[in-house]
Amino acid sequence: MNVDARGLVCPQPVILTKKALTDRPAAVDVLVDSVAAIENVTRYAIAMKYNVEKVASSDGEYILKLSK
Amino acid sequence: MFKEKNLVILTGFVIGLAALILVAFGNPTNMGFCIACFIRDITGALELHTANGLQYARPEIFGIILGSSLLALLNKEWRATSGSAPVLRFVLGFFMMAGALVFLGCPLRMVLRLGGGDGKAIFALLGFTGGIALGSFFLNKGFTLGRSYKQKTVDGIVLPIIAIVLAVFSFADLIGDASAAKHAPFFLSLGLALIVGGLAQRSRFCMVGGIRDYILFRENRLFLGSLTLFLTVLIGNIILGNFHVSFTTDGSIWFFLSMALVGLCGVLLGGCPLRQLILAGEGNGDSAITVFGMVVGAAVSHNFSTASTPALVKTGGKIEIVVGLIIVSLIGYVIISKQNKEVI
Repeated sequence: MNVDARGLVCPQPVILTKKALTDRPAAVDVLVDSVAAIENVTRYAIAMKYNVEKVASSDGEYILKLSK
Repeated sequence: MFKEKNLVILTGFVIGLAALILVAFGNPTNMGFCIACFIRDITGALELHTANGLQYARPEIFGIILGSSLLALLNKEWRATSGSAPVLRFVLGFFMMAGALVFLGCPLRMVLRLGGGDGKAIFALLGFTGGIALGSFFLNKGFTLGRSYKQKTVDGIVLPIIAIVLAVFSFADLIGDASAAKHAPFFLSLGLALIVGGLAQRSRFCMVGGIRDYILFRENRLFLGSLTLFLTVLIGNIILGNFHVSFTTDGSIWFFLSMALVGLCGVLLGGCPLRQLILAGEGNGDSAITVFGMVVGAAVSHNFSTASTPALVKTGGKIEIVVGLIIVSLIGYVIISKQNKEVI
């Protein structure tokens, strides 16, 4: 399952992540392109007891790999 | 996580301290920092309105934008982006300013006024919270102004360059009428604002975000920054003998509604007036457009006498607030009702 939060201002990346985590899926990839979004999504995912791995994609874009 | 929280708390403390210092050195009462008032004064300095005493190109605004730019550059976060519904952002910026000029203060100054003992700000805070709650409802229903996209670097440096040019003009006394406006020394204002801008860029300090994130996620990180700001100013004013309790219910409904408008616009825009300046400094063109909307909002508020005076909320201002609340709510409603049919 993927969330594309590129180009969205906070708190929208977190809201999309929150919705994606509603049914507690095993893994979700969140695509982001701002440091604020990386920080906010990571903080929320950790609070929801998910592990977060940050993978650089391209040109300032990152994939946050959320897993239980 | 602990470090992030401390940074927000530090930002709230430094803004409060800087506000106390700037008032002690000449800024108007409870107006150490007020993003709306200072943008209004810059608008006046550019003669887009001619309200006497409100025509000083305040260096605080330029310092905040440039402090944010510098820190974003240092941390490689500076990035020219835009394209997220710029016209709607202009309109929301316009009404955010209109609301702030009926209450006479942005969310920052609302807290500074509370910390100075001004009881009217309690109604404003209640309204602000209500506006944020309504905005959060729209966000939960899928409200979005859409994505922004990477732009040419030159697009992102327009506002920072304007800030530098106007700061030079202001220092050289080429624009406005500094002598008619109460103000702290130029370099003290600029220097403290650079620090505030840099810290707020790092910590993402936001007056709207504090309440919004608590409503949406039960997260108190940004709220702790606002709370620290309030406590710093409260304690500082008591020590300095500037804490004077005043309370009247006159006009309370209008302070409530005007700050509800500011809170609602702030949530839909993704941040309070201070946060818009910080984002614009980071190269966000959508926030730069929002700032231009605020400038036009200030010009209209004074040219058409809808801005309040400390003693009086004007009829035009009341009409503007009601119209603003209807228009902004409609923007929210239309976007969420179309949300499922349009791709983000």
